[in-house]
Amino acid sequence: MTTMTLGKALNESLRSAMEADPKVVVMGEDVGRLGGVFRITDGLQKDFGEARVIDTPLSESGIIGTAIGLAMRGYRPVCEIQFDGFVYPGFDQIVSQLAKMHYRSAGRLLMPITIRIPFGGGIGAVEHHSESPEAYFAHTAGLKVVACSNPADGFHMLRQAIASDDPVVFFEPKRRYWEKADVDTDAVAGPLHEARVLRPGTDATLLAYGPMVKVALEAATAAEADGRSLEVVDLRSLAPIDWPTVFASVRRTGRCVVVHEAARSHGVGAELAATITEECFYALEAPVLRVTGFDTPYPPSRLEEAYLPDLDRVLDTVDRVLEI
Amino acid sequence: MTPKSAPPRAAAREAAFPPDVADIPPVLDEVELVQLLTPEGERVPHPVYDRYLADVDDETLRSLYRDLVLVRRVDVEATALQRQGELGIWASLLGQEAAQVGSGRALLPQDYAFPTYREHGVAWCRGVDPLALLGLFRGATNGGWDPREHGFHLYTIVIGSQTLHATGYAMGIAMDGAVGDADGAATIAYFGDGASSQGDVNEAFVWAAVYNAPVVFFCQNNQWAISEPLERQTRIPLYQRARGFGFPGVRVDGNDVLATLAVTRKALTDARTGQGPTLVEAFTYRMGAHTTSDDPTRYRLSSDLEAWKLKDPIERVKAHLARGGHADAEFFASVDADADVLAARVRTGCLEMPDPGPLEIFEAVYADPTVQISQQRQGFSTYLDGFAEESA
Ligand SMILES: Cc1ncc(C[n+]2csc(CCOP(=O)(O)OP(=O)(O)O)c2C)c(N)n1
Repeated sequence: MTTMTLGKALNESLRSAMEADPKVVVMGEDVGRLGGVFRITDGLQKDFGEARVIDTPLSESGIIGTAIGLAMRGYRPVCEIQFDGFVYPGFDQIVSQLAKMHYRSAGRLLMPITIRIPFGGGIGAVEHHSESPEAYFAHTAGLKVVACSNPADGFHMLRQAIASDDPVVFFEPKRRYWEKADVDTDAVAGPLHEARVLRPGTDATLLAYGPMVKVALEAATAAEADGRSLEVVDLRSLAPIDWPTVFASVRRTGRCVVVHEAARSHGVGAELAATITEECFYALEAPVLRVTGFDTPYPPSRLEEAYLPDLDRVLDTVDRVLEI
Repeated sequence: MTPKSAPPRAAAREAAFPPDVADIPPVLDEVELVQLLTPEGERVPHPVYDRYLADVDDETLRSLYRDLVLVRRVDVEATALQRQGELGIWASLLGQEAAQVGSGRALLPQDYAFPTYREHGVAWCRGVDPLALLGLFRGATNGGWDPREHGFHLYTIVIGSQTLHATGYAMGIAMDGAVGDADGAATIAYFGDGASSQGDVNEAFVWAAVYNAPVVFFCQNNQWAISEPLERQTRIPLYQRARGFGFPGVRVDGNDVLATLAVTRKALTDARTGQGPTLVEAFTYRMGAHTTSDDPTRYRLSSDLEAWKLKDPIERVKAHLARGGHADAEFFASVDADADVLAARVRTGCLEMPDPGPLEIFEAVYADPTVQISQQRQGFSTYLDGFAEESA
């Protein structure tokens, strides 16, 4: 057991994946000597060489498109997209090519590609550096989409994503990169696409992922002081969603609040609310409520505190769901 | 200009990946660089470009110098403000002043510039208040000025996108019949050496060529895209790519304000008179970090920096002015004093810049606002009022 930051855990995960499998290659902008703008690939090029830690030309379509070719040749590329808002030049390659290749080839071609994307706000950045684009990918058949929330998951989930024979879009909550926790790198991890009940409770379920897990846990602690027992579920996987874990929790508590930074409409929360309503209708005491970003572009950073769901907004919505 | 013979193909089985580009001579013509002012400040004549400087008298020279000094001073102040926590980030133009002022001063009022995030010197030439730029880096706004008023588009952070916007705008100029003579209009698209790898930039080249659009592609090759050196983007000098797309390319000494002014004026004149696009590669160097978040000691040698310091864009103009008797000590002192006044204004303005109100999140999402946005705005407003009541 070692204490490390999320950033370090991801770095260790990449390192161990590269040690375990010579076909794993890391590619992206500035991932080499610089070690990535967040230093997630720090030291890897020095140890594994320029052929396995590839500083690419500045083109995201190129990164994804060539990763597809490399995968066809037997490599297992781990692509880094520098920031959430810069994945879109590669969007066509991801959605039209990567996601559909296995299907089109009737299962003959595997696409074991991991696309790492630092996502979400809260770091005071300029435009395009704070977005939450997960719904675009979760909406695309053929892609698996996960989001880690803590160092231990960062380590194990990334290893599992790299080992997956399906393409995985791997979201990293960038504002949590510097937060520390214990990581047991030798532990046997549970399945990648499994949700986790992080805190049991009886009055309502909080569903969160990525950067909002911490906010949900803090809300549960604060609610406890008011005599309210909230269950916190870290979804971890957005596509597929671990429905049995979600339904079991909602059936226990009868109430559910979804928390995400991404805009509200047509988002992951909408999918959760719809399916929970379909499957747990008779167990629900109240409609599923959402605490989300607004349906606006991500605002300038001086406004992000207002835009991002925080403790107060989560508790306010918990109040409402409990009053119904 | 005969191309060198094709390079021998490296023995594939032994080839290292990535190949060391230094060992593989690319197929190219001799590389030419337009320079009109040497690093020592000596004016060298040029058969093509001198005529584009016919109106540059002593006063113009002094005003170019003044612009260079002022934009560097603003840049230094902004960097300091970031260090003090007043800006979230700052992208310094240090070393690129001449490329920006030279090209910016070549523009006419009817032209339209499409910048990246680093064109503070061009913004200055287009009359954009430096404080408006700081608002963006402070996180008070995503825009900060009216692009139409200045013929200067908003900063574009997504690499390369603006080159297509510049091309489309230029197509519109052509459709409107606003090209053909010296009063015609043109656009200029700024981008970096890294951006030259993006699909959008290459598509912009194709479109501009096919439609003979009045656009100047102005690439500031500052040798670095964050930590990646030029050879991660290209095997040939960037300006030579233009030929493959079907229009001329020229490399200019980007640390030479006169050469940049002349070369950009020619490119703009060609564009506005209906002769189509030009790619200008301003050969320069990013003297500072990529942004204030970056640490260049991790990836580049300080000896490179030292070599480029000798080619400083401001020093050579100063030397030229002083040596030729075009300016005296009093002039230089007055420019420094102006720079201090400007810096003080920028500092105070930044410190006093009001934060936007929370409900501004919902402003201007649509030209015709949706009910959904209005409801979310209303809901958030009520929510915020709840806090006001609590604390009352
Ligand atoms: C599409 C996209 N990908 C990645 C980035 C992150 N990024 C910002 S600046 C930069 C390097 C740009 O280099 P260059 O085009 O040479 O311009 P310079 O910053 O050197 O002026 C990168 C990779 C981005 N802004 N947009």
